[in-house]
Amino acid sequence: MVKSKKRKAGDLIIAAVCFLFILICLLPLVHILARSLSSAQAMINNRVSFWPVEFTWESYYYVLKDKAFVRSLGWTAILTLICTAVSLVMTILCSYPLIYDSLKGRKFLNGMMLLTMYFSAGTIPNYLLMKQLHLIDNPLVLILPNCLSIFNMIILRSFLYGIPDSLRESAQLDGGGPFAILIRIYLPLSKPVLATLALFYAVGRWNGFSDALMYVPNPKYAPIQLKLYQVINNLSAIEVAQQEGFSAPSASEGLKAASVMFATVPILLVYPYLQRYFISGVTLGAVKE
Amino acid sequence: MKQKSVTRKTILYFKKTWTLYLMMALPVAFAVIFRYLPMTNIAMAFKEYNMFKGVWDSPWSTPIFKWFITAFSTRDFWLALRNTLTLNLLDLFFGFPLPIMLALLLNELAFRRYKRFTQAVVYLPHFLSWIIISGIAMQLLAPRTGIVNVGLSHLGFQTVNFLTENGLYIGTYIALGLWKEMGWNTIIYLAAITGINPELYEAAEVDGASRLRKIWHVTLPGIRSTIIVLLVMNLGRILGSEFDRPYAMYNSLVMNVADVLSTYVYRVGVRGFQFSLTAAVGLFQSLVCVVFLLTANAIAKKFGERGIM
Repeated sequence: MVKSKKRKAGDLIIAAVCFLFILICLLPLVHILARSLSSAQAMINNRVSFWPVEFTWESYYYVLKDKAFVRSLGWTAILTLICTAVSLVMTILCSYPLIYDSLKGRKFLNGMMLLTMYFSAGTIPNYLLMKQLHLIDNPLVLILPNCLSIFNMIILRSFLYGIPDSLRESAQLDGGGPFAILIRIYLPLSKPVLATLALFYAVGRWNGFSDALMYVPNPKYAPIQLKLYQVINNLSAIEVAQQEGFSAPSASEGLKAASVMFATVPILLVYPYLQRYFISGVTLGAVKE
Repeated sequence: MKQKSVTRKTILYFKKTWTLYLMMALPVAFAVIFRYLPMTNIAMAFKEYNMFKGVWDSPWSTPIFKWFITAFSTRDFWLALRNTLTLNLLDLFFGFPLPIMLALLLNELAFRRYKRFTQAVVYLPHFLSWIIISGIAMQLLAPRTGIVNVGLSHLGFQTVNFLTENGLYIGTYIALGLWKEMGWNTIIYLAAITGINPELYEAAEVDGASRLRKIWHVTLPGIRSTIIVLLVMNLGRILGSEFDRPYAMYNSLVMNVADVLSTYVYRVGVRGFQFSLTAAVGLFQSLVCVVFLLTANAIAKKFGERGIM
């Protein structure tokens, strides 16, 4: 009796500590959200904590009036969709043949792919390659050079390995070729993993920054992270806002908060739907050949 | 006769498998063009690279290791190297134990739905970019208007320049890394914990073991090999450097402690056009990283684990 009481107390303490971690993770985001929805005056007086003060959509309104920012949002969304689709196809194409133990040259192909995880040419040789391929300032440079992640390939390959060979063999007896087997048997079974990988690829592209910084000087193709970097570092003030006399330092703080929210909200929106899948995906990644 | 049947076998083999090879064609082309082709450009680390001549027609430098020698006698390079090591070691020191503790904590959490919710929340920061996080941090930690400093001054403390003073910058850099990854890094430990035989817990229960004793004598030994492998692999990455994280956070006031190899290569190479010098720095870093990783992998295997290869 005494013991179970002690146990209950322990459970509550643990729950409380976990709550602390929840607060640590969420409060910074809540604060930025509150700032983005507060009036400039409230921010000047440092009155905003975790709830909007003098609620207003003004900051969002001004960010949305900046055509370059909105264009960048739209462009990044399109780019993310394209990259995710291309990368998923590439990942499937790479991992599926590698599960055929009888495939000649499999070891070589496998090793060739894995090696790129451990040794990369480096920033400067890569940069020069993009120049040689005339990809600088070409939107394709944001899609092609990272359209296959070997880490994600390993995750999918481990999963496909787990599907019993007998399924494949019976389909082969029915006269199905490898491609038909992939489409009819393997892909339908891999939906959860593919969802995880789609999340990884999509987030990777949406959050991608350094490739744009290095390879895409043309502001026309600047993805949202590059744009956001410029906004929060005052490299490009939101133009329209300035024209309308909205350039007091505290006001630009609101604009920064709203800009951060624009880059964050898409992730927050897809996250709850996909988060139940990715745990199994990450654990699979730890099982490497 | 025998020859013929071998040929026929080969033909039959390719008839059955050509689609597989066709599928591999695109990934192989990708790897060759975007991963192996740039390796030929590494030659520029040993050349007097001239933009108009290209890598191959540029003359070899004399002595051949000229750019490595130049780099090693540059103060900024040594600073970047030192900072890379310092920041990574601090990351490891603080960032390694915390996820283990958090995983143990989550594992002990009795309320199922609350546990899932907690997990979902602590994994979330992993999905935010360093640009977003530095944007949040700059607003939170601003000297006069940031909520942290406003709070500090309300409590009667002096305000703190978190991002513009050397020591504080390092602390903030490490803390933000913890914020982003501590939850995510629990996943692998939680998975290892589920692999522990439940009978061990039952036996401990029968022996009257308390919660802490069970953690100490069952859970921790159960994930010991996972801990060792991850520790060794993290040590293998000790000279690797992220780019987005330092680049998004640093500023001219803290350059001495904030500049790491990746940002150094970017500033001096891509922006400063010293291609050969920074290619040499990059090659040095890549090579050391590979050696460390291979060593780490070998050690991890010694511990009876699969390692990562």
